Amino acid sequence: MSFAVCAILETADGKLKKSAAEVMGEGRRVANALGGNLDAMLIGSDTTALAEEAATLGADRVLVADHADLASFTLDGYLKPCLKGIAASTPKVVILAASVTGKDLAPAIAAPTSSGLLTDVTAIEVVDGAVTAKKPVYAGKATATIGGGSADCVVVTIRPNVFEPAAAEAGRTAPIEALEYAGADGIRTIVKEVLAKASEKLDLTEADIIVSGGRGMKGPENWPVLEKLADAVGGVLGASRAVVDAGWREHEEQVGQTGKTVSPKLYIACGISGAIQHLAGMRTSKCIVAINTDAEAPIFKIADYGIVGDLFEVVPVLTEELVKLRS
Amino acid sequence: MEILVCIKRVPDSAAKIKVGADSLSIDPSGVEYVISPYDEMALERALQLKDEQGATVTVVCLGVPAAQKEIRQALAMGADKAIHIKDEGGSRGPLEIAQALSDVIRERPYDMVLFGRQSIDADNSAVGVIAAGLLDVPIVTLVTKLDVADGVATVHREAEAGTEVIEVKLPAAFTAQRGLAEPRYASIKGIMMAKKKPIEELPAPEPRGTLKFEGLEPPAARTAGKIVGEGAKAVPELVRLLRQEAKVI
Ligand SMILES: Cc1cc2nc3c(=O)[nH]c(=O)nc-3n(C[C@H](O)[C@H](O)[C@H](O)COP(=O)(O)OP(=O)(O)OC[C@H]3O[C@@H](n4cnc5c(N)ncnc54)[C@H](O)[C@@H]3O)c2cc1C
Ligand SMILES: Nc1ncnc2c1ncn2[C@@H]1O[C@H](COP(=O)(O)O)[C@@H](O)[C@H]1O
Repeated sequence: MSFAVCAILETADGKLKKSAAEVMGEGRRVANALGGNLDAMLIGSDTTALAEEAATLGADRVLVADHADLASFTLDGYLKPCLKGIAASTPKVVILAASVTGKDLAPAIAAPTSSGLLTDVTAIEVVDGAVTAKKPVYAGKATATIGGGSADCVVVTIRPNVFEPAAAEAGRTAPIEALEYAGADGIRTIVKEVLAKASEKLDLTEADIIVSGGRGMKGPENWPVLEKLADAVGGVLGASRAVVDAGWREHEEQVGQTGKTVSPKLYIACGISGAIQHLAGMRTSKCIVAINTDAEAPIFKIADYGIVGDLFEVVPVLTEELVKLRS
Repeated sequence: MEILVCIKRVPDSAAKIKVGADSLSIDPSGVEYVISPYDEMALERALQLKDEQGATVTVVCLGVPAAQKEIRQALAMGADKAIHIKDEGGSRGPLEIAQALSDVIRERPYDMVLFGRQSIDADNSAVGVIAAGLLDVPIVTLVTKLDVADGVATVHREAEAGTEVIEVKLPAAFTAQRGLAEPRYASIKGIMMAKKKPIEELPAPEPRGTLKFEGLEPPAARTAGKIVGEGAKAVPELVRLLRQEAKVI
């Protein structure tokens, strides 16, 4: 059987990223629909254990470009081995996460391989060998159905947290093939240093639970209220643009049209009115909870559960209840 | 220094989007169009560089004839000239847009090509990366800071692990992330001057239909949920619903 799908897996801090299991899960489904095998591709340094892990996630073969110069991402550095891997795989579909890295790689792969490109999709369908995807457009205010067209190959990026992850099957193995990589040449963008992030927390787009604060928080000094709730539910902090603009929180926490697009299992909006640009970034969350003093706030129109009330009274009680549950 | 800025005409971020009768495009009635916000940030940084060290700023737009309004807006903000690749309609995917833009850009002198990180209608985050590949210039995406000295750009890139400080020799391409620059308002004088600035008009290539747009629909409706109650006394019921009904905690 030939290879129908090539799934490109991302790593961070020597581990496969959470999105890798999602890319493998959907990759397997698409490969089955196309009646072909599933390749996994790994690019990085010290990847041996990760290649074995990729096999447990369902790869029929793992293609690996391993080199000290590939320890961190640059588009110039990663694109070459990627194209080599795709040439070895000749897939009908290349699948990646719609992450910061995936958004750099996917379009860069599509042009030289004369492939179609479908970005940030939330569903993939295969009918008679043709690939079609659903994709949010206009910041999620509409959904487009787009066909991969006449190209032999389609590069697809999938929105994080939307697709069913592959379950690891302990002991499963697959052939691991090295892609030749001679080392860094032709990397035109030189990373001089990486300035540490304000927090070491999980990336918002991968979080299962997000606790988000808006102008209703009244000031940056009140954030411990939300931090305690986030700790109680194992969540990550998000923010509205209003509080980022006010300098209360960092831009990396901003959710919305000019911030991050997130799809957590649970999104708790505290003191956020629910402006259309904010909703754009979180409306695909599985469950939305809103806490707001204003019963007319638009956030209640899309929230699954709402409490009308002062967040400074509600949130501490909610935190307490959840802590009780845990113990 | 020659700086090209690619700008796209898009519905305003606050616009209500209604699906048109053809179920393929949006109903344009009542929709206000603007320069895509990230493109405006890219343009602002280009204009700042012009103020700081001198540069010619050219905006490039592939768009319907009515996009002249957004092009004039860019000229009123301070761009020197414009290239309007006139699109008479038809849908184009990111590959075709990038192809059309890079074919025009290739013919001109440039030190930098600036893009937005993504257009707020197609939301592809793709055109800049593809165009840079076709032009064979390096690209840095998600740029929050951009300085130039002696033919080398030093930029900050908002990566997942933190902010990367990157150096790259020009010519190069960049995509603007929020934080790069806050767009200025056009002055009355700027608006007056814009009327006299040159817009070069070129025909767009025939759409090739590499991607097939099969339909557009409103997003999956979120069933308006319930107000669980008022104040802290509603918390126990909320927790019960989250555990038993939504099963998310
Ligand atoms: C081009 C563009 C892009 C944008 N992009 C984004 C984006 O990416 N993300 C984003 O969030 N916004 C974005 N915005 C801004 C957006 O329009 C709103 O201004 C913003 O989301 C409002 O933030 P907020 O809900 O925190 O503040 P407000 O709208 O001021 O809402 C505060 C809410 O808190 C409630 N409240 C007050 N006190 C309490 C209390 N004690 N307890 C409980 N509730 C309380 C109030 O009832 C109110 O509903 C964008 C705007 C534009 C024009
Ligand atoms: N039709 C267009 N005309 C000019 N620039 C465009 C056009 N479409 C996209 N761009 C540029 O490419 C960037 C990314 O767009 P997209 O890939 O659609 O998200 C935009 O922010 C613009 O800078």
